[in-house]
Amino acid sequence: MNKRAITLTVNDRDYELWVVPSDTLLDVLHDELGLADVRYGCGEGVCGTCTVLLDREPVSGCLILAVQAAGHQVTTMRGLMGPGEALHPLQECFLRRGAAQCGFCTPGMILTALDLVRRSAGQGQARPSRDEIRYALVGNLCRCTGYTKILDAIEEYAGQ
Amino acid sequence: MRLLAAAGDDAKVLAGGQSLMPMLNLRLARPELLIDINLADQRAPSLAGDVLRLPALTRHRVLLEHPLIRQHCPLLADAIRYVGNVRVRNRGTIAGSLAHADPTSEIGCCALATGARVVARGPHGERTVPAGDLFAGYWATTLDPAEIITDVLIPAAGPRQGWSFHEMVRRTSDFAIVAVAVTVDLAERTGDPAAARVALAGVADRVVLAGPQLLNGDPDESAARIADTLDPADDVHASGAYRRRLARVLTARALRQAFARATGAAP
Repeated sequence: MNKRAITLTVNDRDYELWVVPSDTLLDVLHDELGLADVRYGCGEGVCGTCTVLLDREPVSGCLILAVQAAGHQVTTMRGLMGPGEALHPLQECFLRRGAAQCGFCTPGMILTALDLVRRSAGQGQARPSRDEIRYALVGNLCRCTGYTKILDAIEEYAGQ
Repeated sequence: MRLLAAAGDDAKVLAGGQSLMPMLNLRLARPELLIDINLADQRAPSLAGDVLRLPALTRHRVLLEHPLIRQHCPLLADAIRYVGNVRVRNRGTIAGSLAHADPTSEIGCCALATGARVVARGPHGERTVPAGDLFAGYWATTLDPAEIITDVLIPAAGPRQGWSFHEMVRRTSDFAIVAVAVTVDLAERTGDPAAARVALAGVADRVVLAGPQLLNGDPDESAARIADTLDPADDVHASGAYRRRLARVLTARALRQAFARATGAAP
């Protein structure tokens, strides 16, 4: 298949890339740009390990083509970090609460949780309840933690 | 439209991609041509008279949050909570879901219960198809391969309409084992239930609307009569007998709740 040139804006940086039209955004972010915080899990949009923000909204990187993301803002977990790889406050909460074990699901959890907290704040609502956090995370599977510490970490962040 | 007419069966239309993309990733679908329609239409939902017009690319998140939908089709706004996860709802579209024609579809179920119609455009022009005539079997519609849904039209719920949506799943956000969507309209003068529509998902090869003759004023009796007409297949998720039982229990529950909402006895 013929490659075509696209401009992809990832974590506030523009990349000129040659992609095959059938490449998913996940393929390009992980394999071409080396962003190891975007991961292939299921390929069906169920597990959440390829979660990225597309114009600030969580989407599955495996279910969107790279060509469709051209012209949009793509954010991976790495894009949340400050200068000198300073951790985002939500990442700090994850660390403090022991919410990451193997870490495979962590970037997807963080991006999804961040969207929830931002959205609640944006709508002038109180911080999300534990049940609301649980509901928001149904599409992010973790096989290590049993979720309790993840919920603890997000609750702590939402309370800040 | 031109591309689709030329390629016919070899082409697939890509809307939100939340069903088609998994099928591509798993190589269950291998179309020659993928036609991305995401940039083709930027319209928002609108209300004209007493009909809600939802453009094909209306995302699930919009169905969940848009004030017009909350007000005029609360059934759909409520049922969308059961659809997928936050990423699916950010990308998935109403027409994509209907065209995918999954027999466990919450959206298909609501389309039947609200008496929705779809506007389909093809090489020979435009036509309107009632949701009841749209579904043809497992992941199959009656649309021509060169036709595409452009709009979904939903009669706005009147002040005397009650509604209810219930679903049984193994895990939140999973495909429904059985789902039921109900609307009940009260008679203008007497306040008696004048018309009820009961739609079920997960009980056949497509979403189904129960025959109106099965319904009377008694939720339990109506639900039992509807369940008796169903013959769901066994699969790895549930036996047919369990699905039929769920259909009865959930339908009775939904009818009761819809009636209570119509009369103002329930929020």
